[in-house]
Amino acid sequence: MEPFTTLRSRTVVLPAANIDTDQIIPARYLTTTTRTGLGGNLFADWRYDAQGAPRADFALNRPEAQGCSILVAGRNFGCGSSREHAPWALYDYGLRAVVSTQIADIFRSNALKNGFLPVVVDEPTSAWLIAHPGADIALDVAAGTLTLPSGAAVEFPLEAFARHCLLHGVDELGYLLARGEEITAYERRR
Amino acid sequence: MASTPQTLFEKVWRAHEVSPESAATPAVLYIDLHLLHEVTSPQAFALLRERGISVRRPERALATMDHSIPTLTAQVFGGAPIAIDSAARQVRELEANCAEFGVELLGLQHAQRGIVHVIGPELGLTQPGKTIVCGDSHTSTHGALGALAFGIGTTEVAHVLATQCLLQSKPRTLGVNVHGRLRPGVTAKDLILAIIGRLGIAGGTGHVIEYRGETVRGLDMEERLTVCNMSIEAGARAGMIAPDETTFDYLARRPRAPQGAAFERALDEWRRLPTDTGARFDREVDFDAAAIEPMITYGTNPGMVIPIGGSVPAHGDDPAFAQALAYMGLTPGAAIKDQPVNVVFIGSCTNARLSDLRSAAAVLRGRHVAPGITMLVVPGSQDVKRQAEAEGLHQVFLDAGAQWRESGCSMCLGMNGDLVGAGQYAISTSNRNFEGRQGKGARTLLASPVTAAASAVRGRVTDPRELT
Repeated sequence: MEPFTTLRSRTVVLPAANIDTDQIIPARYLTTTTRTGLGGNLFADWRYDAQGAPRADFALNRPEAQGCSILVAGRNFGCGSSREHAPWALYDYGLRAVVSTQIADIFRSNALKNGFLPVVVDEPTSAWLIAHPGADIALDVAAGTLTLPSGAAVEFPLEAFARHCLLHGVDELGYLLARGEEITAYERRR
Repeated sequence: MASTPQTLFEKVWRAHEVSPESAATPAVLYIDLHLLHEVTSPQAFALLRERGISVRRPERALATMDHSIPTLTAQVFGGAPIAIDSAARQVRELEANCAEFGVELLGLQHAQRGIVHVIGPELGLTQPGKTIVCGDSHTSTHGALGALAFGIGTTEVAHVLATQCLLQSKPRTLGVNVHGRLRPGVTAKDLILAIIGRLGIAGGTGHVIEYRGETVRGLDMEERLTVCNMSIEAGARAGMIAPDETTFDYLARRPRAPQGAAFERALDEWRRLPTDTGARFDREVDFDAAAIEPMITYGTNPGMVIPIGGSVPAHGDDPAFAQALAYMGLTPGAAIKDQPVNVVFIGSCTNARLSDLRSAAAVLRGRHVAPGITMLVVPGSQDVKRQAEAEGLHQVFLDAGAQWRESGCSMCLGMNGDLVGAGQYAISTSNRNFEGRQGKGARTLLASPVTAAASAVRGRVTDPRELT
């Protein structure tokens, strides 16, 4: 995993609440056996028409959305299935963070393991961001802040361990493997 | 410490802490049982291979095939090729991975294969007090036996394979207390849909639910599995029910449950698990079972649910709500009853156990599905299929004009080609009605097996109490 320290980008906005993982990456694309290459099918049923052509009215397809790496979404982003293909697809497409008022538990856990930052903000901040697509904002993992174009910084929650892993590009597997003796001791005392 | 009253969840959590959560690090939680399937495991095995890591405790893992496999007998047993190449590749890859890493596989033609959340309890592997994970969000199902069971992502599948542990922050607890008696024609599916309707699909986020109260005590094990299965549709990663005589009777003599004296010893442990008197939940909500009607969804998430006699609500000018109704082709204020349907699906980890098939067959016996209706009945496991056939249920379904398939996830998520067409209405006993869930443009109405069967007979949404 690459270190994630700061990120500055314009936003692309999907205002709907409850964007589930079946929308992020429909199940028919899950027969892959690799982690990469899913970006082309991100939001496939919203992004493409019946003939497979990009729908001009979908936010990600607009010219001004190209190159944006921060997604702003309505409440309860990532609900539904545990498919890690959802953050893989978002990352593969080029997105690096999602900002919402609530993010589903399993999606959040999967996102953090892939260097994709889940950012939970208060209702007024979210409402402002949803009303201002293309806003130029900055995320700071060490400080745990989102900075609006006005310069106002809004804090977002991030557990100490997740922050450490993001900042240093550490993956959790190495940490768990290093706890092997403790795990053995636990297995013995049961 | 020992005198502090604890919830069922806290007891199971504490017993599995290799090290507790601290300000700097999450808890290291030991996992007793790891279930794997063909769709969310290939990348995890690949990660182990890349790093030269072996599986720490292969005897604590069990793999099967359910998500992308065909349900047509010709493709499962008849030697016909699996129609979807990429699904066939996932089958081969799981076979190769299990052989290489020493993980037991109940493969495509195995007599004990089935939906992962059906076979765990059925084999007696799912037991009170265990921690159970699987790369699937409906792992919450196993909590019906008093296990702490939750869905994980593929990176975590690799963590468990490599270390038998997960890094976890301790969730909060939500007590869902249900009192009173469910009325005739009202099922466990209706109960959990009503609970989700009230909690909302994010109402349980960050929490483990414990379902409590005399209504829950009175449910049989298969009904409890249906309830816990849909905990994730309220946002809760896990749902639990305290083990009791119903649980112990269910587990007795199951092939992979403890046997004989070992079973008696296990009982002593299991009887200590229920939540202590005076234990506190972070939140509690109460439900009156007698007020619950047969429920059906009208929108594009499981929280968009109404009593079957109700009308599609109006939600002002909320654009997301309007988008959901536009997708569903439904109008605010319209009755949901008598809405024509095209497809009926009885199956999934929510409602494909023997009791579900019995109740659907009871409605269909001596009747026929309405003209133009496609109906699929997909048993939850090969064992369920054999038992249903021994009782002649398959003949009831076939005589009624339904298709009788091999077990698997099938039309719940449509990965294997069992699809609902664009614009078509499906009444489905599964767990998700998201846009496109059962096929691009498919419109899903979630309901109980009896409501689905009654609706198949009439070809439109039907209150099952009208057809008894």
